Amino acid sequence: MSNKEAGTGAKALLTFTRILCYIFLVLLTVLCLFSFYILIINSTRANSEIQKGFSILPGKFFLMNLNGLLADANIPILRALGNSLFISALTAVFTTYFSAMTAFGLHIYNFKFKKFAFSFILLVMMVPTQVSTLGFIQLITKMGLMNTFYPLIIPSIAAPIVFFFMFQYLASVLPQEIVEAARVDGSNEFNTFNTIVLPIMKPALAVQAIFSFVTSWNNYFVPALIINSKNNKTIPILIAQLRSADYMKFDLGKVYIMICVAIIPLLIVYIFLSKFIIRGVTLGSVKG
Amino acid sequence: MGQMTTKSPKRKSVSYSKWGYFFIAPFFIIFTIFQFIPLISTFYNSFFQNYRVGLQQIGPKFVGFANYIAIFSNADVPTYALNTMIVWVLGFIPQILIALLLAVWFTSFRLKLKGQVFFKTVIYMPNLIMAAAFSMLFFTLFSDAGPVNMIMQSLHIVNTPYRFLTMTGATRGLIATMNFLMWFGNTTILLMAGIMGIDPNLFEAAQIDGAKSHQMFFRVTLPLLLPILVYVVITAMIGGIQMFDVPQILTNGGGTPNNTTMTLIMYLNKHLASKNFGMAGAVSVLIFFATAILSIIVYRMLVTNYKQFSRQKPGKSNIKKVKV
Repeated sequence: MSNKEAGTGAKALLTFTRILCYIFLVLLTVLCLFSFYILIINSTRANSEIQKGFSILPGKFFLMNLNGLLADANIPILRALGNSLFISALTAVFTTYFSAMTAFGLHIYNFKFKKFAFSFILLVMMVPTQVSTLGFIQLITKMGLMNTFYPLIIPSIAAPIVFFFMFQYLASVLPQEIVEAARVDGSNEFNTFNTIVLPIMKPALAVQAIFSFVTSWNNYFVPALIINSKNNKTIPILIAQLRSADYMKFDLGKVYIMICVAIIPLLIVYIFLSKFIIRGVTLGSVKG
Repeated sequence: MGQMTTKSPKRKSVSYSKWGYFFIAPFFIIFTIFQFIPLISTFYNSFFQNYRVGLQQIGPKFVGFANYIAIFSNADVPTYALNTMIVWVLGFIPQILIALLLAVWFTSFRLKLKGQVFFKTVIYMPNLIMAAAFSMLFFTLFSDAGPVNMIMQSLHIVNTPYRFLTMTGATRGLIATMNFLMWFGNTTILLMAGIMGIDPNLFEAAQIDGAKSHQMFFRVTLPLLLPILVYVVITAMIGGIQMFDVPQILTNGGGTPNNTTMTLIMYLNKHLASKNFGMAGAVSVLIFFATAILSIIVYRMLVTNYKQFSRQKPGKSNIKKVKV
């Protein structure tokens, strides 16, 4: 009897704990989504409505606001979207391809400086790029590449963190024998990498491509120092410009819709790929 | 591993080891040009007086450690380092505590929480949001006539708008809140992976011995999770030192009110934008050393981790569980 009572008691306690957990989780969810909810609501309302007060329901001015933004000659939003997309896509391709290549080189071959090369990459992995930005800007100026996209794309070939992820992945999926078998078949090493190893690495490539795309899309520090012409601006630079403009004179509908443009495309991609992305975080534990 | 290819004269095979250099060359060439040489020249610049006043260029002239003395003597760097630290700590404490709590809940066999995929998706989402846009959003929401003030007024919490961005505590709090929101999901997922990597037999054994859930947490989970916790703390610190986008956009680069939210990288950015290369160099070098010390700790953890990992039989999937 007493045993049974203790059993039901424990069960009640467990249910109670569970309810507390759910309440807490729902609160966190609200906290996470609250700002985005207001963003989406206000992006559908006219400036006058927004200034009158807050509403829980969306308005009917979404397209009006969007058209207003597109028509604004001071905010080259489509151009910036194109620039951001171009830079991020190329960065994603470069980072993943060359990181996989470096990982392959260090995983398969034995050469004199192998250990040194590996340790070196691990050592510099956490050093932030900001500390060498000064020298970087001077170099880019000397090369005559200021206000171009090259300095935002080419350096992504050397991405230590992505390399480390690729290396770990490769070590778990690629036995030496596959490469040796390809040799017996007369495959050239570079060819082996491109036709046999890369397809094996597809999951890792996809995850890292997404992460490097997002990182590049959101990048603000270096682009803001490199880009200075209106036509070359990326989305984060436009956002900063919006912030430094005289805010009070702005059409608030336009402000909200512009933040939407910066955030929503990525959010939609995330909703579709979230499972995949979250698994990627776990795999590449050296993020953050 | 690759010994067969390097030392097998009998098999009349070509040595493939040279190919190693071919594959790692692009990385090292690009790294040297765009990161290593710039780092050296940043160090070099820090010893020169080199800035502009209007149209007039001053320097470059060698001044030894004068730039370093300058950034310390007017208390700029110490103040901004302290700001960075305060804001980081304010955001990191809830980040690590809530992440730990959620990680334990999500992995608990007793609780068996439903809707985990949904919750994980939601809490990780802010991590992918553009920090600049997120900050702009917060600026709009918390401005004097923004929705938050409107809601607070209509609920009669305040009568006149609460001017968040004119108050040190509120501004720091907002930056910390954004940092917290952007990173706690990421930390949760890392810690979950860590907990799931712990041998389940240990939990079972503890349960059989009659351990309560808090005992299980403090005696089993926490000690075994310690390496990952250290890793999370150190990498978060390195990230904290780099704090820039959020406070920069929120305060329009001003570190308002009264420089109390000016971070180290915002200060660096100010000098870079105004082309005061001497001062920018000195600030960069200081930030470099701060991150380098932390990086060495991460490096040592990774190396130990890597050694453990390379001792395991290849081909097994346990690589996925191997976390730092």
